[in-house]
Amino acid sequence: MLNFIQQLGGSGLYFFQRLGRAHILLGHILMGIPAMLTRLPLVIQQMYSVGVLSFLIILVSGFFVGMVLGLQGYNTLVDFGAEETLGVMVSLALVRELGPVVSALLFAGRAGSALTAEIGLMKATEQLSAMEMMAIDPIRRVLTPRFLAGFISMPLLAALFSAVGILGGDFVGVGLLGVDEGAYWSQMQASVDLYDDILNGVIKSIVFGGVVTWIAVFEGYDAIPTSEGVSRATTRTVVHSSLAILGLDFILTAIMF
Amino acid sequence: MTDSSIPLVEIRNLSFARGDRMIFDDIDMDIVRGKVTAIMGPSGTGKTTLLRLIGGQISPLTGSIKVDGIEVTKLSRSELFQLRKRMGMLFQNGALLTDMSVYENIAFPIREHTQLSEKMIRSLVTMKLQVVGLRGARELMPSELSGGMSRRVAMARAIALDPMMMMYDEPFTGQDPISMGVLVRLIRELNSALGLSSIVVSHDIEEASSIADTIYLLSGGKVVAHGSAGALRQSDSEWAHQFMNGLPDGPVPFHYPAIDYAEDLLSAGKDK
Repeated sequence: MLNFIQQLGGSGLYFFQRLGRAHILLGHILMGIPAMLTRLPLVIQQMYSVGVLSFLIILVSGFFVGMVLGLQGYNTLVDFGAEETLGVMVSLALVRELGPVVSALLFAGRAGSALTAEIGLMKATEQLSAMEMMAIDPIRRVLTPRFLAGFISMPLLAALFSAVGILGGDFVGVGLLGVDEGAYWSQMQASVDLYDDILNGVIKSIVFGGVVTWIAVFEGYDAIPTSEGVSRATTRTVVHSSLAILGLDFILTAIMF
Repeated sequence: MTDSSIPLVEIRNLSFARGDRMIFDDIDMDIVRGKVTAIMGPSGTGKTTLLRLIGGQISPLTGSIKVDGIEVTKLSRSELFQLRKRMGMLFQNGALLTDMSVYENIAFPIREHTQLSEKMIRSLVTMKLQVVGLRGARELMPSELSGGMSRRVAMARAIALDPMMMMYDEPFTGQDPISMGVLVRLIRELNSALGLSSIVVSHDIEEASSIADTIYLLSGGKVVAHGSAGALRQSDSEWAHQFMNGLPDGPVPFHYPAIDYAEDLLSAGKDK
């Protein structure tokens, strides 16, 4: 029993220590942002690896999710003779929820894990130590541009996901199932609100982008510098990011809608 | 003008522990200016830790470390970075930035710390590469280099900002005889040509002895002997005798501490 309490206390302490370290690291990263504004090429280079290289998975997934929404939506709506509202259903589902959430989950798996592995391996191969010995702050040189890149890329990827998803819904609903094309698009335009729906979705994706990238760079920077340590850190990034995305999504949805 | 009689690095009453294990227990050490000092000892004696302490990457439990008269343990982060610009360090595996070419790796500290023109950076990098004999390899990526070449590139990067001292962490480990010879020559030549002071952490007796003016032997958290290679070979210290001659048994025992052998055999089957 005593052992159990001791273990519980130990893991609680460990959790809060890590949480504290993660916040201190975030503070350092944020302090590096003003200096980064004069070194935009560093951020753009990272936007290529976290953003542009995630294009394919985001586009393909977005299209499939849109197609599934089109199919499921049509099957339900047609029972009520309301298949003209398919565009509204697909677009609202994507813009409000699935766009930000699914693209953030994919982003965590594709870009977050890569960031953690890269930074963890830089630590394991003493590249970060070498930078420190060259009087170069690795947090500002390595972590800040990656954090900024994730933060900027995520809303763009989520927007692309939603846009492609709507096209996927159109492909199935209009192209294959015969929903009226004019109704699909005009009902969507009439019902989707720029502020209530789109802007709230964008805010969600900005929050998810920040949190996922923060978790990814922290896990990499805090990884035990061995192959096992880096592999565990990479797993933790995906697990913690996914939980954080889903948890935050509930909180944000409760506040917004 | 700095007084050349004052050691470049002055370590006094230094203690450092990792968990419950004492790595250094009240050690004193002087690194003389313009000389090559070797720090030797078996694996796990904290040789690399000592370099990290000198570079201010970790803090000691107690004691003082002065580099060029500056107390490293009391510096703020920005002051420490100012001091590190005058220190070069060669990591065991080179620690080259793997996403940059050889050229970009050497240009990296110059770009970060100076506003020099691209033309000037190119000239500087070319000169540093010429010193280590790898001018022709400037376009290669770190993954295309052999272990010895990586270390030479890392050496060129470490001297990119013309430091006052160089620290080498196990520069000879895992090298073939030719690369070993090249590294030995480079360390010695860089030291005299650039007027550096060098600290070489190593357990390769032959190589380190051939270039070091002074050797410190570390064991069990203490400095067990120090002096020139010749003096250490003649030393009465049993420990120095065992290490310098590479004997398998002595003050550092061959057997890891264990219960009596006979007792161990007789208890077989009773437990693990």
